[in-house]
Amino acid sequence: MVYISPNQSSICFHIIISFSSHYSSKSSNFITKHCLILRSKYFNSMAEVLLPRKMDITNDPSKFGSPDLLHVLAVDDSHVDRKFIERLLRVSSCKVTVVDSATRALQYLGLDVEEKPLGFEDLKVNLIMTDYSMPGMTGYELLKKIKESSAFREVPVVIMSSENILPRIDRCLEEGAEDFLLKPVKLSDVRRLRDSLMKVEDLSFTKSTQKRELETENAYSFDSPVQSQPKRAKI
Amino acid sequence: MDLVQMQKSLQDYTKSLFLEGILDSQFLQLQQLQDESNPDFVSQVVTLFFQDSDRILNDLSLSLDQQVVDFKKVDPHVHQLKGSSSSIGAQRVKNACVVFRNFCEQQNVEACHRCLQQVKQEYYLVKNRLETLFKLEQQIVASGGMVPAVELGF
Repeated sequence: MVYISPNQSSICFHIIISFSSHYSSKSSNFITKHCLILRSKYFNSMAEVLLPRKMDITNDPSKFGSPDLLHVLAVDDSHVDRKFIERLLRVSSCKVTVVDSATRALQYLGLDVEEKPLGFEDLKVNLIMTDYSMPGMTGYELLKKIKESSAFREVPVVIMSSENILPRIDRCLEEGAEDFLLKPVKLSDVRRLRDSLMKVEDLSFTKSTQKRELETENAYSFDSPVQSQPKRAKI
Repeated sequence: MDLVQMQKSLQDYTKSLFLEGILDSQFLQLQQLQDESNPDFVSQVVTLFFQDSDRILNDLSLSLDQQVVDFKKVDPHVHQLKGSSSSIGAQRVKNACVVFRNFCEQQNVEACHRCLQQVKQEYYLVKNRLETLFKLEQQIVASGGMVPAVELGF
């Protein structure tokens, strides 16, 4: 059952997904994938309705989204898999940092100490991809630590595993994992993740553009004041 | 042998590895990730696989030769080998690891010894075939030719 509730005070909505535990990880990827697509379709159509036509909006694609590449932190104890995931990500135009353990991942993020050390304010990680089974701290434990942190809890975390174990998948998704990928990870999986993240980046750009445009319109308008509530678009 | 013949040999050889089930489509994924900016990607990943596997097989032999076999040590090794062989498309090695893990779960020492032999056999086979493959590629490149892309017509 998928329930979509638009939140009117800001252009975003929450997707509440509840499903039985009897599903394959393939369908979990399917569900996640389709919900991400649904979310971005909604945003795109909202953006089209709200952009005032008389404004000169450039369609230069380089102006949309973050000018920086998506930065992905990949965590895996296997040499072979680290090399492989790094290549998949680079081929997908992502900036990549690879570490060989959850402990090192926490060190990289500055989460291994109580007080956040200086110099981590500028660290921008857009996605964390971690193997599940690792010696020492598992990917699941890493996921929990990230979700507990104030600095990185909003960063999507994707779990990768060679084992299709349903309770494991459930546990990870319940703990807030963005997605669960079966290894070996495919290029199409990485591209799908990247595309959905880029759309989120596009959205924040579009939002700030709309805000500026509405403010400009207010300043020059001699008619009745612009409605502050955006009209809801028909999907 | 001229260049065209060498390229045809390489294609036929590669196809045979797929037909025999020694390699699966994951190997094709690796090849697709190789390009002019990363011309040695496949051989680099495969070399890492060889290094890892040599180490793991050695550790497994030692662990299984103990008086009392510690399956808590054996199983993670097999899991690792299963993972890396799966990542490069070494299908028969991966399948042998799956069987091996089942016997680890049952704590069947004798069966595990047999499984280790089976895994080693499959590993040496794929290692040999891949080394031959890379040699053929090197010969083509040394003759000024390009390594042909694998066609998926089979």
